[in-house]
Amino acid sequence: MLEFMEGSHAVAEIVKRCRPQVIAAYPITPQTHIVEDLAQMVANCEIDAEYITVESEFSALSACLGASAAGSRVYSATTSQGLALMFEVCFNAAGMRQPIVMTIANRSLGAPLSIWNDQQDSISLRDSGWLQFYAEDNQETADLHMIAYKVCEDHDILLPAFVCFDGFILTHTFEPVALPTQEEVDAYLPAFNPYQRLDAENPLSFGMYATPEYYMEFRYEVDQAMQRAKQAFVKAGREFGEQFGRDYSALVEGYRLEDADTALVAMGSICGTVKDAIDEMRENGRKVGLLKIRAYRPFPAREIADALKGVSTVAVLDKNISLGNGGAVGTEVKSALYGSGISVYDYIIALGGRDVRKKDIAAVVDLAEKGKGDMFYGLRTEVL
Amino acid sequence: MALRVGCVAAPGRALENKTGGWRVFKPVFDPENCTKCGMCAMVCPEGCVRETEEGTFEPDLDYCKGCGICVEICPKKGIRMEKEEK
Repeated sequence: MLEFMEGSHAVAEIVKRCRPQVIAAYPITPQTHIVEDLAQMVANCEIDAEYITVESEFSALSACLGASAAGSRVYSATTSQGLALMFEVCFNAAGMRQPIVMTIANRSLGAPLSIWNDQQDSISLRDSGWLQFYAEDNQETADLHMIAYKVCEDHDILLPAFVCFDGFILTHTFEPVALPTQEEVDAYLPAFNPYQRLDAENPLSFGMYATPEYYMEFRYEVDQAMQRAKQAFVKAGREFGEQFGRDYSALVEGYRLEDADTALVAMGSICGTVKDAIDEMRENGRKVGLLKIRAYRPFPAREIADALKGVSTVAVLDKNISLGNGGAVGTEVKSALYGSGISVYDYIIALGGRDVRKKDIAAVVDLAEKGKGDMFYGLRTEVL
Repeated sequence: MALRVGCVAAPGRALENKTGGWRVFKPVFDPENCTKCGMCAMVCPEGCVRETEEGTFEPDLDYCKGCGICVEICPKKGIRMEKEEK
């Protein structure tokens, strides 16, 4: 049954059904509604969870890390400056191999202060060892939480994950969402079975000291787990499709790509706008398609190269910038297509909440087909 | 020592980290020149200078990082640093 609800509320409802045992979060715009809803649910005894109120995001994720090591399924949510404050704990959570799931309500990073959407926050944690999934709409956001827990808790993976959805554009937007029942979620996502846990009878320390003789091998093992997560995601996404009818077995998803000459590559809610723009361009006889990246970490380089092998031009839309070297997604797509002969152009777009319309997408395609790219799109030169 | 997922360890396992590998110079103790005063053991920041059955002293090279403080303190100049080739 479809219900009309706010994106943040859909996340809270699905997290409730995933039965987290410990929730620790610090409210920050535009994540606030998620954790407000969850706090209310815990207070109303709708979730049998410990809700730990903390004084900062650093403490929020630290509490989650400890609770996860103690054998609990845990949940947190944050964005922007809050995620920046978690930086150190993020690397430790991945290195200690704790399957924490955290929602990122994507927002720009200061300075200048901005509460509006881009994807700079989670992109900036791309090297931390967290899986990163990006949702196009609120249904996908909700569904990816169940899949994320399933992948993360797999004993062959044991890594944490961000489920990313665009701040305001999705968090505060009402859309129809099909929420599974508790019984359906229980059938898909069994109770957490920790690989190892803190136990007073049999003490252990996590994330111990590694000398130069061992450190590299630990990092190698985390990277290997990341690589294995591709197959685990495909499997969990397929099982989800079999049970719920919405298939997420693809790390990347094409839209009207089959005969396309020019492909746009994008992540998150902008994909909806791109699809509408493509439909209009197709009506005018232009062979344009979209490749949506659902899993950014692990990065599906081979899948991207396979999906784009028939096109001549690629335009990557980057809602982030690795200052001094263009957009992060564009850089990695270029690397994935190295030697293919395909022209790849990168466009920094929609930073700090700048709206993107269908005409902007068409303008980007025009630029790419003229060989103009690796640039900011839509700069207001009159204020520079 | 095989790696454990998440770099997990039971208590006391730090002994298995042979931190002596950080060393460039190692101390060489001359028992003939030792008055058994024990100052080398007292000042060692690693606590890795131990007393032998004869009452003289020797370093535990599994943990000695080659700081040379024992050389500085020895009133008989009975300890010298020697470059270690690895």
